[in-house]
Amino acid sequence: MTAPVIVRFDQVNKWYGQNHVLQDVSLEVAKGEVVVVCGPSGSGKSTLIRTINALEPIQKGSVTLNGTAVHGKGTDLNKLRQSVGFVFQQFNLFPHMSVLDNVTFAPIRIQKRPRAEAEALARELLARVGLAEKEGSFPGFLSGGQQQRVAIARALALRPPVILFDEPTSALDPEMVGEVLQVMKSLARDGMTMICVTHEMGFAREVGDRVIFMDQGRIVVDTTPELFFDAPDHPRVRRFLSDVRGEH
Amino acid sequence: MLEIISNYWLTFLIGQYPNGPLGGLAMTMIVAVLSILMSFPIAIGIAMARLSAWGWLRMASAALSSFVRGIPLLMLIFWCYFVIPIMTGYAVSGFWTLVAALTIYEAAYLSEVIRAGMAAVPKGQTEAARSLGGGYFLTLRSVVLPQALFNVLPGITSQFISTIKETSLGYVIAVNELTFAANQVNNQLLTQPLQVFTILAAIYFLLCFLLSRGLSALEFSIRRKRGLI
Repeated sequence: MTAPVIVRFDQVNKWYGQNHVLQDVSLEVAKGEVVVVCGPSGSGKSTLIRTINALEPIQKGSVTLNGTAVHGKGTDLNKLRQSVGFVFQQFNLFPHMSVLDNVTFAPIRIQKRPRAEAEALARELLARVGLAEKEGSFPGFLSGGQQQRVAIARALALRPPVILFDEPTSALDPEMVGEVLQVMKSLARDGMTMICVTHEMGFAREVGDRVIFMDQGRIVVDTTPELFFDAPDHPRVRRFLSDVRGEH
Repeated sequence: MLEIISNYWLTFLIGQYPNGPLGGLAMTMIVAVLSILMSFPIAIGIAMARLSAWGWLRMASAALSSFVRGIPLLMLIFWCYFVIPIMTGYAVSGFWTLVAALTIYEAAYLSEVIRAGMAAVPKGQTEAARSLGGGYFLTLRSVVLPQALFNVLPGITSQFISTIKETSLGYVIAVNELTFAANQVNNQLLTQPLQVFTILAAIYFLLCFLLSRGLSALEFSIRRKRGLI
């Protein structure tokens, strides 16, 4: 693959006190790739993607986004964060704003775009996630799946070249997982660069370009979905896969 | 009692005005509204300082808030009465002395209410705003404060009510407010203090009750609009 590298981890280390949560992590993600990060709980997956937009600081190594050192001294974080979308496990929609205001918040308040332009974009994005008729509703009236789809539209409103998903379906009732995955799959098919922490193995197999498996703060396996699922050669991966399949 | 009301209602309402200074309920309202309006932004500032990342700012604001909350309001009023003229070199009226003392006092209490509200806004809200590229002040103004202030509206209502009632202490530095007016009425009648002060109590109660019901109706309607009930 000759597409330019968009996210690069170089020997990244992070500690929470004595707890070494990221250990010598090195990783490159190219433009247009869909990378699925999985692994047991506490393996550092969420921490890994939260370092990409500096929601988490690191102690050693470097993370580079679009050529900018994320944790560099002079980095304008507010500007950098506009070029990377983030979707949270708990949605984190703003409950005091309507759906439309949630989606136009960043374009209007942060990028200072004209309201009419921002609203036109927001309506287009809401239609894309299948929630055009909900623009006037408040998040409190929406189901979990609908809230997460609004959260995806909100992240897309900055037109970021990369979007990060932190267990986007883990807080959802089972019958709502599908609608969120469908939106994510359509994004992947449109060529969006995505890094997704998820346990949805069907999603990984269907649209993932690569699967990263983490354990105890290290990247243990970095391979294609076919090899990961059909010929797992690492014992830790085999145990993980049987645990995940056992749940369903 | 009805006779007192029918004879003196104007004194209770506006004091000696227009033949003398404005007083009565009107002055009580002016003092209370001014104190509330001035203490509110100060309280938000103290609350921000108490949640600041800088240790010295947290300590200084905690000390200020503990000190003010640790002294009686009456003492603070006397203190302002004597100290403000010495410090500023101006003879400050009783009216402005009372407004200054109430502003300081209420800001300290209100800041604790607001701080609790800000601390209770889920961390994910701040992270969401920051992850979209929002700075500290934008996040505070557009995401944290609107939720925090709304969630502690009952506590804020209590402080507003306290402020209204505490204006009555202006009586000790001869501020022409509602209690002062009631006392004037009592001095004219001489024989009916129980009736006069019952009327006074009823006016304070009505004012506070209406404010409290009004704000809780507002809270309820916003909650329903946002789907939070």
